[in-house]
Amino acid sequence: MNEAHETVAGPGPVEYIQHHLHNLSVGEGFWTFHIDTFFFAFGIAVLIGFVAKKIGDNLNPDNPTGMQNLLEIILEFVGQQVKDAFNGYNPLIGPLAFTIFVWVFMMNAMDLLPVDLLPWIAAEMGIPYLKVVPTANLDTPLSLAASVFMLVVIFNIRAKGGMGFVKMFLFHPFPASNPVVKIILIPFNIMMTTIEELSKPISMGLRLFGNMFAGELIFILIALLPWWIQFAPGGLWAIFHILIITLQAFIFMLLTVVYLGMANQVLEADH
Amino acid sequence: MSITVTLFGQMITFGVLVLFVWKYLWGPMTTMMEDRTKRIADGLAASERGKQDLEIAQQRADQRLREAKQDAADIVNSANKRASEIIEESKEQGRQEGQRQLDAAVAEIEQEINRAKGDLRRHFINLTLDTAKKVLGREIDASAHNDIMNEMIKKL
Repeated sequence: MNEAHETVAGPGPVEYIQHHLHNLSVGEGFWTFHIDTFFFAFGIAVLIGFVAKKIGDNLNPDNPTGMQNLLEIILEFVGQQVKDAFNGYNPLIGPLAFTIFVWVFMMNAMDLLPVDLLPWIAAEMGIPYLKVVPTANLDTPLSLAASVFMLVVIFNIRAKGGMGFVKMFLFHPFPASNPVVKIILIPFNIMMTTIEELSKPISMGLRLFGNMFAGELIFILIALLPWWIQFAPGGLWAIFHILIITLQAFIFMLLTVVYLGMANQVLEADH
Repeated sequence: MSITVTLFGQMITFGVLVLFVWKYLWGPMTTMMEDRTKRIADGLAASERGKQDLEIAQQRADQRLREAKQDAADIVNSANKRASEIIEESKEQGRQEGQRQLDAAVAEIEQEINRAKGDLRRHFINLTLDTAKKVLGREIDASAHNDIMNEMIKKL
């Protein structure tokens, strides 16, 4: 640890922190590709897919064991949330919420690995930078939020129809019975609804990103302490972080279901 | 920190993962769990039905048992009655038989007495005749005075 600390940390704390917040990436500007973020997110996705396939192929209804029990509990939990928050039925919502919960949870949980461990191994293998937690990179939470946003738009159009979706933008937060007032209100309505709709995925993504980024940063700061005292704040923070990891995964999942549920509702009677 | 092309990579990964999980885990697992729930519900319903059946059978058995007990009691009662009747009849018969035998005995005794009386009478007459013969000597002829003798016997 100490050795790793010295090799990785190099000159001083600022460089150490900056080094830890630096992605392994190729490309420039928008076309930058964060290899480490994508690698871990994709790796975890493959892991989840592998376990899902393995368990799904060997379902034992009478004597469920180990992983099947765990997945059944998560599935029932997610299913209950979907049932509570999503009116009507859509076969996609369940698996979507389940995948978000498990995937986000696993990606968040990468935070609990010793903050220097994987970067040190990578450094030994000649990889200069490694940012382990995919959700502490803005791209991952926003990609999930953007996917959800796309689904929200699709659900809106499916539930309300194309015209209904447009009407939602034209007349939504400030309805009026007088046609003249209605027309006057249209620009405000468009603005408000657009902000409302866009703020949903953005706040959802930023919330997850902010929590994970801050959590990781605190782990990095704790790693700057002398090695013999790190266990105290580090342990405490790790224990507390378990709560944050689960909570953020849960919130992300629940908000997805709630937003899609709202999108799935038919517009209340036209005024 | 800015949005990069990684975002689209993640979106594709996400979409594929959702579809994969849907197809290989969520689908089979929900089906299995629904089946299991249904099976458990069926089992519980069956056990409930079985319990009800058992209760009905129990009631029926109790009913049968009560009836059988009643029947048995009735049979015992009638048997007792019959037995006492038979005893009464036997007693009556015995009494009658006794009476009959008593009567027969009395009649026999009467007969015996009468016969003894007759014998006695004959002996007495013979004795009297003998005595009279001895008294009268040889003058009285038994055959000549037989009708007088018989008349006397009758009077005796």
